[in-house]
Amino acid sequence: MGIDRRKFMKFAGLTAALSLAGKPTFGALVEEDSLEVTPPLEKLDKLAADARAVGQPLTARRWAMVIDLKKCHDAENCKDCIHACHHTHNVPEFENPKDEIKWLWKEKFEHAFHEQEFEFVQEEHRHSDTLLLCNHCDKPPCVKVCPTGATWRRDDGIVMMDWHRCIGCRYCIAGCPYGSRSFNWRDPRPFIKDTQIDFPTRMRGVVEKCTFCEELLARGQLPACVEACKEKALIFGDLEDPNSEVRKILSSQFSIRRKPALGTHPEVYYLI
Amino acid sequence: MNNSGKIFAGLAIFLLLITLPLWYSAAFGGATEKPDLKIVCDAKECVAPTAYMTAYHMDLLNEWRDEVVRDRDRLYTAENGKTFDKSLSRTCMNCHYNKADFCDQCHDYAGVKPYCWDCHVEPKETP
Repeated sequence: MGIDRRKFMKFAGLTAALSLAGKPTFGALVEEDSLEVTPPLEKLDKLAADARAVGQPLTARRWAMVIDLKKCHDAENCKDCIHACHHTHNVPEFENPKDEIKWLWKEKFEHAFHEQEFEFVQEEHRHSDTLLLCNHCDKPPCVKVCPTGATWRRDDGIVMMDWHRCIGCRYCIAGCPYGSRSFNWRDPRPFIKDTQIDFPTRMRGVVEKCTFCEELLARGQLPACVEACKEKALIFGDLEDPNSEVRKILSSQFSIRRKPALGTHPEVYYLI
Repeated sequence: MNNSGKIFAGLAIFLLLITLPLWYSAAFGGATEKPDLKIVCDAKECVAPTAYMTAYHMDLLNEWRDEVVRDRDRLYTAENGKTFDKSLSRTCMNCHYNKADFCDQCHDYAGVKPYCWDCHVEPKETP
């Protein structure tokens, strides 16, 4: 069955009318928007200069921290390191301890080192708190259980987190024998006192923990807690470097680590 | 052809409804208001040509994100030979600090909801 001239003209006319009617709206949808940018170049140059001016990154083959508990105990109730850490990293403060987010915190000696605790343990240990943080284990169980690769051990020993990839399954929290990881049960933003623009906050449903201040190391600075400690109780350095301070301390003084029997090889050492 | 009236009326309504996205804005306005970005940046050029940034800034940001977080590669050398910190807050937002009049303009228009700002902190509207 063919199409006669009359019908063809009808369709042609209708099509033309429709397309004409449609053009302005289509045009508005697809029209290119040209962005004109003009004035000077100084801002860009300044940014580039800032990038160059950033210090050379501090690098190591195995980052480690030594915490001198004697010095730490001497400064009773001092929380400089915790404040510095939590301020730098936009860590929220919740009133309900169940919501607590902690990167660096204090815990009773008998809780931190329950296998070292005994009836006649030194009084100073019995009554003083022990500073705790992520141990940046050589064999981190949290990394093994993470299903998305959101946490991993870098070749310099830092157990790093990619918050973009964390799906909040909390396997790592179950895997970590040190309680170093916290989960954001609530939106942390309203509970951050003085938000730092240079560091992201986290969102609800993401796990977070200490990263040994890798963002500061990358800019040639020591971790915030180490810088903040007036007692110099926190010593940070490269364990693979025989001349590093941490290495010298560990080879000359007796130190302990948390739960060594688990075989996680923590890289945070305590002088007691 | 007793029902031709109903059929054509039905067809007309059908056509009207199915072309709704095309004529709705022309008739009622609103949806196709073009994004009106304000570029408050006093730099002459961006870290890449404007056309590239307009089309592919999200890809660049994703690359930066992965390289910084996962590969510890923090410096970006632009085509013009300048080196920049791969940082949304330190580099991008340093010039484009007016998120509402810059980022949001197109994102709202295109109906995309990037989750950058769930975590990254939006600068206050001052340089």
